[in-house]
Amino acid sequence: MMTDTTRRAARPVTEAAPAGPGPVPAPRRARLWRRVTPWLFLIAPLALLITFTYAPIVDMVAYSFTDWDGVSPELRYTGAGNYRELFTRPELFEVFFVSGYYLAASVVQIAGALYFATVLSFNVRFRNFFKGVLFFPYLINGVAIGFVFLYFFQDGGTLDSVLRLFGHDTDHAWLGTPESANVSLAGVSVWRYLGLNFVLFLGAIQSVPGELYEAAELDGASRWHQFRYIIAPGIRPILSLTVILSVSGSLSVFEIPYIMTGGATGTETFVIQTVKLAFQFNKTGLASAAAVVLLLIILAVTWVQRRLVPDDKVELV
Amino acid sequence: MNRRRVLAGSIAALALLASACTGTGGSSKGEDAKAPDDPSKVSGTITVLTHRTDLVQDGTMKKYAAAFNKTYPDVKVEFDGLTDYEGEVKIRMNTENYGDVLMIPAVIEKKDYPRFFASLGSEAERSAQYRFTDYSTVGGKVYGQSPIGVVPGMIYNKKVWSRAGITDWPTTPAEFLDDLKAIKSKTDAIPYYTNFKDMWPLSSWTNVNGSVGCDTQATTRLAEGNPWADGADLRVADTLLYDIVHQGLAEKDPTTTNWEASKPKIAKGEIATMWLGSWAIIQMQDAAKQAGVQPDDIGFMPFPAQKDGTFCAVTSPDYQQAVNIHSRNKAAARAWIDWFTDVSGYADDNLALSPLKKAPLPTVLKPYQDAGVKLLDLDDTRGGEVKTLDNRSEVGIYKPDYRQELVDLARGARKGDLDGFLDGLGEKWTEAQRNAGS
Repeated sequence: MMTDTTRRAARPVTEAAPAGPGPVPAPRRARLWRRVTPWLFLIAPLALLITFTYAPIVDMVAYSFTDWDGVSPELRYTGAGNYRELFTRPELFEVFFVSGYYLAASVVQIAGALYFATVLSFNVRFRNFFKGVLFFPYLINGVAIGFVFLYFFQDGGTLDSVLRLFGHDTDHAWLGTPESANVSLAGVSVWRYLGLNFVLFLGAIQSVPGELYEAAELDGASRWHQFRYIIAPGIRPILSLTVILSVSGSLSVFEIPYIMTGGATGTETFVIQTVKLAFQFNKTGLASAAAVVLLLIILAVTWVQRRLVPDDKVELV
Repeated sequence: MNRRRVLAGSIAALALLASACTGTGGSSKGEDAKAPDDPSKVSGTITVLTHRTDLVQDGTMKKYAAAFNKTYPDVKVEFDGLTDYEGEVKIRMNTENYGDVLMIPAVIEKKDYPRFFASLGSEAERSAQYRFTDYSTVGGKVYGQSPIGVVPGMIYNKKVWSRAGITDWPTTPAEFLDDLKAIKSKTDAIPYYTNFKDMWPLSSWTNVNGSVGCDTQATTRLAEGNPWADGADLRVADTLLYDIVHQGLAEKDPTTTNWEASKPKIAKGEIATMWLGSWAIIQMQDAAKQAGVQPDDIGFMPFPAQKDGTFCAVTSPDYQQAVNIHSRNKAAARAWIDWFTDVSGYADDNLALSPLKKAPLPTVLKPYQDAGVKLLDLDDTRGGEVKTLDNRSEVGIYKPDYRQELVDLARGARKGDLDGFLDGLGEKWTEAQRNAGS
């Protein structure tokens, strides 16, 4: 889907170009307009991007060199003090173990999404219905999901009742121990983000020209062969994008554990810890430094990943 | 203030910026909000920021404003109810636009009060009449006034406790635990409900501080010593909480508790006890009325510890109202605070302790009065210091986190033992004290 949309978005520009070099060269004003027009269109998104993404990041980096508490008019420049503190307190990085649960979950998530996308790309009955069902969770607000699943995991809640229907009386406190809580929360995260991955994969699969499948079928290729030799190479760029998103997502999990447990019982992630430093203990400077470090970690991981798995152009035909 | 813009520039601009900010702060710093002499001459529109969104929505605040207008006809009062009060006001306080009257957010450090708020008068003059003045005193001047006072205590269901055969309030933590065990064996009720998931009910355990040792200097002790030393108030409190959970006297799955649902449960006797405060009584009674059970069954008892044969309970202020130093209608704002504190009846409406020293105790505290419970007004001179220590050490005695860990420890979801855990907290705390001294 990604490649599809970019291709479609690119089209108007290429179409506009041939209109220019007509028999008579356009007057100077028109040429000027032509050059300015794309920037005029870009003003709104760029303004939003700068105001809400880049300016705050610059601010954050600036704060990370101060001892600001988030509200006091007084702040002092402390140099690299916050970073020094961060790296001399290894317990602050222990929370990354929690990300392991989400990383494991994202493997399940990608595999599941790939499976459903492949199955639903063929002619299946109620295809659109199932597409909707799978994508729906992604449309729900994360806070609402948190509350819904609190009831779900409650003692005697939905999960317990359903299990009881099948004769399992577990009496298990799902969010009770660190392992169980993290697995439960990672499960919620899979439920929520599977739909997004699924749609990305489905789009990529459908952008593979239909003749290829026809030809493969004529040659007697099985469904598995179609997947192995047509679909898999066809969606490789999207697959690697999804993996990058999953890894950075696992490192910066926030919404679901913050709403459901608030980081209690060993479910604290790096972002929750950062939020607590900033807003509970008023160490905005230190928290900004932590956020900068997280950003660098994610950039580094992405870089390594791109190094290991270069994103080659795939030619199917 | 243009702080964000300036900061976006470069780090080098920070020095400039700091001086610019203190500059703007300095021009109005130390201003007073004097009480007007003639009510009919006060005019203007004031905005009151409040955390009581419920009262704004159900029109109660409007009724107060209407009553206020009988004395001050030319002042228009508007309310701005904020659900996430702390979070939103904290951000708004980076500008000058944070209402005319507001509740002082907990995040503001005491030493910064003169930069943000106009003074209400000198400590010497106000403390003669009002409670809690030292909570907002900086340099001999008072910057805020809480409209109500609260007293911490155990909310309990009288019926359940008497069904378990308990007639007297427990006087020691051990006795309290025995009582909870009796409740567990003789009734179906959950003996104690932690409200773990909603977090803040756990932080109210810090209000035990002062009750065990019956000491008005309890806050000073936090500033000077180790709160978890042997026999110190917080250690007694945290040990009791640990024992309650460890001995299986709390709810089965604390991680999915629900505050709103806990109210009808205690009213109906499904929960026997919760450590909260006097402010919660009215809410539980309302829940009882809604559930169609006797509101009188809601009881209130002090922390199970006695000093020389008497119970002690500390009084503490709620949010304190203050006047924005940048307000253009300081006289009107001051008039509102004075009226709200002295005349409005807000304290009575909430069955809370009045901030006026001469006012009688509210009816909900009648049992305390009858039992001779001593009410202590803690000396909060060092309160600001304790808050700073709390943040610097990242212990969080006013935050729920460490008690959540304590509960996890008690039910075996976390490795370690109680003594090691509490000593670790004490170590972090005293280390922050040493660093502050150096």
